[in-house]
Formats: sequence, C-alpha cells, structure tokens
Amino acid sequence: MASFATPLSELFLRTKSENRAALIGYLPAGFPTIEDAKLVIHAMVEGGVDAVEIGFPYSDPVMDGPIIQNAADQSLRNGTGAKDVFALLKATSDLGVPAVVMTYWNPIEKYGVDKFAQSIKDAGGSGVITPDLTVEESTAWSHATADSEINRIYVVAPSTSDSRIPLVVTACSGFIYAASLMGVTGTRNSISGDARSLVSRIRKESDLPIAVGLGVSNAEQAHEVAAYADGVIVGSAFIRQVQESASIQEARDRVRELAESLAKGVRR
Amino acid sequence: MSVIHPLEESSIIGHFGPYGGRFVPEALIGALDQLAAAHLAAKSDPTFQAELTELHRTYTGRPSILTEAKRFSEFAGGARIFLKREDLNHTGSHKINNVLGQALLTKRMGKKRIIAETGAGQHGVASATAAALMGLECVVYMGEEDTKRQSLNVARMKLLGAEVVPVTQGSKTLKDAINEAMRDWVTNVETTHYLLGTVAGPHPFPEMVRDFHRIIGVEARAQMLEEVGRLPDAVLACIGGGSNAIGIFHPFLDDSQVQLIGFEAGGSGIASGKHAATISGGSPGVLHGTRTYVLQDENGQTVESHSISAGLDYPGVGPEHAYLHDIGRAQYRVINDDQAMEAFSIMSKSEGIIPAIETAHALAGAMIVGRELGPDSILLINLSGRGDKDVQTAAQYFGIPL
Repeated sequence: MASFATPLSELFLRTKSENRAALIGYLPAGFPTIEDAKLVIHAMVEGGVDAVEIGFPYSDPVMDGPIIQNAADQSLRNGTGAKDVFALLKATSDLGVPAVVMTYWNPIEKYGVDKFAQSIKDAGGSGVITPDLTVEESTAWSHATADSEINRIYVVAPSTSDSRIPLVVTACSGFIYAASLMGVTGTRNSISGDARSLVSRIRKESDLPIAVGLGVSNAEQAHEVAAYADGVIVGSAFIRQVQESASIQEARDRVRELAESLAKGVRR
Repeated sequence: MSVIHPLEESSIIGHFGPYGGRFVPEALIGALDQLAAAHLAAKSDPTFQAELTELHRTYTGRPSILTEAKRFSEFAGGARIFLKREDLNHTGSHKINNVLGQALLTKRMGKKRIIAETGAGQHGVASATAAALMGLECVVYMGEEDTKRQSLNVARMKLLGAEVVPVTQGSKTLKDAINEAMRDWVTNVETTHYLLGTVAGPHPFPEMVRDFHRIIGVEARAQMLEEVGRLPDAVLACIGGGSNAIGIFHPFLDDSQVQLIGFEAGGSGIASGKHAATISGGSPGVLHGTRTYVLQDENGQTVESHSISAGLDYPGVGPEHAYLHDIGRAQYRVINDDQAMEAFSIMSKSEGIIPAIETAHALAGAMIVGRELGPDSILLINLSGRGDKDVQTAAQYFGIPL
C-alpha cells in the first residue's frame, strides 16, 4: 500500500468521518470544447462534487458506451492532446478538488510512462484510473506511480474471481474502482445487484476505499450505492446534461443541478 | 541465430518478446483465462484434434492443393511459383481454418452465441457458416463503410442466418467493428464467445488463431518436399492482421534457409500517409488488447488506415509478426494499391485464378522477389482467398462497366 498521502486519499478519510460516500464526477478533457470543459467542471464542483475524474479522450474506447464515445469523438475533433488533459487537471486541482485522470493505456505509453506519472503529479493530480491496463502488464507503471507518489486505480469487475481480487486490489492505491455491472459506461435504469456483492467481496481483501462506477445517473441510485460503497462515480449522466444543452450557460446550470442532487444522494 | 521460439514463450505468458500480452478491461480476464485453458486442453486432446481434422477433410476440403503457376512465372523473373490454394477452401479463404477450431471450442466451453468482426467479410462469412453448421447464434460487427464496399458478403452472412450489425462509430471500418465486438463481449461474456478473426487481440488469441492456421504451412511444407523435392527459398504472404501469413510462416520458422516475407498494404504509398503498412510505417504501441506495431499519432491515438483491400485495412498487426520483424526472422515489405491490382490482373489472365485483392499484395511481392532471387529460385505463396467478393471493386478499378 502507498505510504504517501494524496488529496484523494485525504478526501476519503474526510468523507468517512462524515459518514458519507464521496461523489466523483467524470468529464473528458476537451469536451464540449477545450475551454468550456473548465466551466463544466467548475459547475460540478459548485454543485457538490467531491473529486473529479478527467478523461483522456481515446480513439478506441472499448469500455465506453455511446454517450462517452460521442463526447470523446467531439473532444478529439477539437484537437485535444496530452497538454490539454494536464492543463484541465491543473485547473481542477487549483479549485482545491482532488482530481485524477482516466485513460486507456496507449496514450500513457506514447507519452512516456515515467513522464506521464510525473506530469500528473506536477499538475496537482492524485492519480490515474487505467481501465485496460491489466495488473500483469503494470510493472513499469507501478514503478512510475510509486516514484511520482500518485495513486494507481484499477477496475475490479463482477466477473473478477475471488482468487484474483487480491492480485488486483494489492496493486491499487487511493481507491478501488468497482464496476457495478458487466458492460460499458452509460446510464442505466437501475443498479445491478452485482455491485453490492462485488463491494463486499472486495472488502474481505482490502481496507482501501471502494468507489462504484458504471450506470449511476441519479440521486436515488447514488443513495443506494452510498449505503455500501465509499464513493460514487458519475460520468455519462453529466455528459448527457452537456449534450442536451443549447448553450454552455444551460450546460453549467444543468450540471450544477445534477451535482447538487447527487451530493444529497451520497449523504446517507 | 538462436531464435527464442515464439511458441514456447507465448504459451507461458502470452508474450512475443516485448509484444503481445493483455490490455483489456478486467471484466474480460475470466473469459480469456477460460479460453486459454480450453485451447491448451484441446491442443493435447486427441478427440478434439480428430474432430477438427475430420471437419477439415469433409467440410473445409483439406488438404488444400499446391498449384504451380507456370505462366505467372514469367512475370516473376522466371522463378518457380507455387500457390498454396486456400482460396479453394469452403467459404473461399483461409479464414475457415480458425473459425471451425474456435467454434468447436465455443461448444466445449458451453457457450451458445458467437460474435465476430469482419472487414472484407471473409471472416464474417466463415463465422456465419460455422455458426450455421454447429447451431450457434451469430452476430457479426462490420464497419458501415465496409458493408457498402462488400455488400455481397453482407447478403451471404444474412443468408447463412447471421445478424450483421453495421458499425457507425469512428472510421466505420474494421478497427471500429472490433471495438464494438469488444463492447458486446464485455456485456455478454458469460454466454458469448468472441470469435476473433486474426492473430491480434489479447492472449490467447494470437497464439490460438495461429495454431488453427498452422495447418496451412504444415501441409505446404510436406507438399513442397513431396512434389518438388526441396523447401522453397522464400515463403510469401499478405499481411493485414497477419493470420494467413503466420499460418504459412510458422512451420518454416526453424528452416533458417527459407526466407519469410510478408507484404503489407501500402495504399497510396507510405509517403502519402494513406496506407495500412503497420510494421513499415507505424511504431510500437497498444491496440485492441495487445502490444504491437500500430499506426498512431503523437498522442497515441490510432490513425485510420487506407487500402483498396478491406481485409488489409487495419492499423495494427499481430504481435508475433512484430516480434519476427524485430528479431529479423521475417521481412515485411510494402505493396501499394496499384501494384496489387496489376498482380491481380496478371494472375487472373495468366493462370485463370482470380485472387482476393488481399492476396494480390503477396502476388505483387512475388513479382519483385522472383526477379531478385532469379529463375533458379522457388517461391511458395499463400493464395489466401479468392476474388469473387472483389469483382465489383476490381471492375471499378479497371473501368469495366457493370
């Protein structure tokens, strides 16, 4: 386990002492535009999001459903690159909010593994979520994240066997990302029962905070998940507010309102 | 040279030197482990091997014959040219070798549904065929662009009872069809097997698909010794993902006197940026679950590939090819659209064999290598598929009114 503290690990200590779950909001960098992404994140934070997950848009996002795919496509058409991701990370950290980056592996490898970890640190980021990096392939990343003192967050899935869970969770620091269902990102009508049982299987193996993501889109669902998890991750629902808005002002209002509603949900 | 035998290395950890491995969502690890175990068990199970061999004998039409292309020879510097006729397999290409093997594994794993990606439609047709034969549900993902340029194969798949899903994301070609198949698999992994059609993707696919295609090289090597009395000087194949190439190369790996040469799709030429020559014009990276050569930009975003051949139009390549390239055991060269179409025409008119446009890249390569090695040389070419599906594209290219 990591021997260093990050803004993220401190957040989970605080939310635990407040007897509630942390609310984590997701937005791809460069969406809806490189500049307006900052405004959307600002609205999230005003509404009560505790931490922000910034997506590095990628051309082949196999874990993402149509909402995030379309947002990533739009971001890539805007010309978003690594410098824009780190700039948004810095702007978010400067708001005093813990921030992490979510990225598929190839952009990290192309940027340079050590350099990527250090750039996260330099921008005030707490860590990186890597949805397609298996722990078996993570040797270089483990060293890089340890050297730069940032958290590495892996996903555990409902299909992850009991015998494999220890392997994945011992590689994690900051928190563990529990995928609520077998599938891709997107909004769902209800939270799968798999989520609760997955969280309890992980608890047997780790004391790290556990955040649940995939499919959480409203306050009722957030409330339900907050009953057993330490964090609730919401992505597609925020993006949909932006996609359905006619102006950036409307997008900010709708995102702020959703965040306010979700923030009530994570308070038990 | 002491070659680290890829076969041995990959069976332990799924790597070929620095390439291969698994870069996939955690949700798929269980299914990949199950598949690797099923493949390993089947490899040493005489019942499985006998069942597959019998299917190949009575359904695929194996062994495929060796044809000497005597008239084509004059266009290849007088070298003796032997064609391994995978075009004569049922469904018209080498793809059926892998599909029947994986379909049998699907049944063994107790799964009832297969999904597949397809570019030119050859793998989709082969998958739909195997699904019909074995009573499996079949969904084929195909880029919307490809459904247009290969409409005949879309109809074939539907006639065989498969559902064809046009993929409208990204570049709307093979790479996006693979993304969509992966998303389906992540969602339905308990009931579904992803019948990947090439030697790319996460472990165990590169190794397993190669094993099912090795029969091409095993047969061809024995046929050369029996019918010609010696091994060829060079073995040639076209490379998209690289399944037909690895199938014919692999049994020759230890024959160090035999050159192994793969021909990538150069499209309008590497300098134009519009090509699919991943090894010659790309760099190491990760795509679709494996580390290999990738066409990518400075941010690690996959760059769209271009080729007149839908089956070679892929911005990645099998990791074992990346490894064979780096250690120098195989060479990878580039054939552009115009060279391939010239060879397509020459093969059709000199031998009465209309090849797939994919295969025409290897034939164009033979016209160059034959001149380099001279009339005393012997070349073995994997004639990986027939060109019926390409008639429309070729007619358009040559200005033949339809």
